[in-house]
Amino acid sequence: MTTIWIAIALLTIGTVAIKSVGPIALGGRDLPPQASAVVARLAPSLLAALVVVDTFGGTDRTLSVDATAVGVLAAAAALLARLPMAAVVVIAAVATAAARGL
Amino acid sequence: MNLLPVSPAPDTPVVPADAPSQPPGRAPGPREPRRLIDGVRAGLPFTLPTLAIGMSFGVLAEPVMGAWAAIAMSILVFGGAAQFASVSILAVGGSLVSAVSAGLLINTRFLPMGLAVAPTLKGGPLRRAVEGQTMVDASWALANRGDGTFDREIMMGATIPQASAWWIGTAVGALGGALLGDPEALGLDAIFPAFYLALLAEELSDRSMLSCAALGAAIALVLVPFTPPGIPVVAASAAALLGLRRSR
Repeated sequence: MTTIWIAIALLTIGTVAIKSVGPIALGGRDLPPQASAVVARLAPSLLAALVVVDTFGGTDRTLSVDATAVGVLAAAAALLARLPMAAVVVIAAVATAAARGL
Repeated sequence: MNLLPVSPAPDTPVVPADAPSQPPGRAPGPREPRRLIDGVRAGLPFTLPTLAIGMSFGVLAEPVMGAWAAIAMSILVFGGAAQFASVSILAVGGSLVSAVSAGLLINTRFLPMGLAVAPTLKGGPLRRAVEGQTMVDASWALANRGDGTFDREIMMGATIPQASAWWIGTAVGALGGALLGDPEALGLDAIFPAFYLALLAEELSDRSMLSCAALGAAIALVLVPFTPPGIPVVAASAAALLGLRRSR
């Protein structure tokens, strides 16, 4: 049980430190224009990576196409159809559950 | 740990969103002053997925650490992807060191994200660091103006529903998990990537953003088999360097 609380403490301290680096190091200085062009593209780069890693990444460094991919594909279709967020979430879960039940 | 201001600063001018002073037919410019409440509103659609992901986390974490530790973890660590990574390792009997380092590696994406958002924060180093703690994936992405600058009020405001949903979801999952059943059988694990996909969809404003997304996804996929968790996503930030090609 102690291990758990040590893990929580270390993760908390580490995460606070990581989130503090940018704001402290850069202060209020504006980024040079070239850096702004890069920063503007961080969000699509990181979010796309998070999508594929969460969809296809398994435990112990494996890649696989499974029921989760079906759900994400369904979510993509729902987003393209401009459905509200609640519908996107429900569709993703139902499609995954259905694919898993097959 | 996360000091969330709950009301707009008293010196913020209070202007209704649909103030008639706005010339008709003109959308509010991105540079017009935004308030925390605008951020809360921007974050509201993402409350449901965060609630569902929080419930899955509570269900996963409860047998590993007990309900109260799971809830404490969501309040203190306050980062879904890192929490899932650490708890999954502890659940299979992994060591403390590997659980903590996996979680922190997942969170290293907050290094480039923190640099990106830094110019918009206010005050001295301590206050900036505290304001930086309100950065979570959804609020950071929603605060992105798309021109390399970020909106402080949108980020802090959007974090309020994110935090509430994350904490309530965790508590429901951890304390009532037995009633919920197996999160995987319900397909709840697909909600995390679907949530990121919805955030991504808001970013794909032009061809250049699309190229970055495709390259970022490719970098991450190639690295998954060869690097520890977290590294593929951090490395994907290199895809943003495509921006240099444009600005030259």
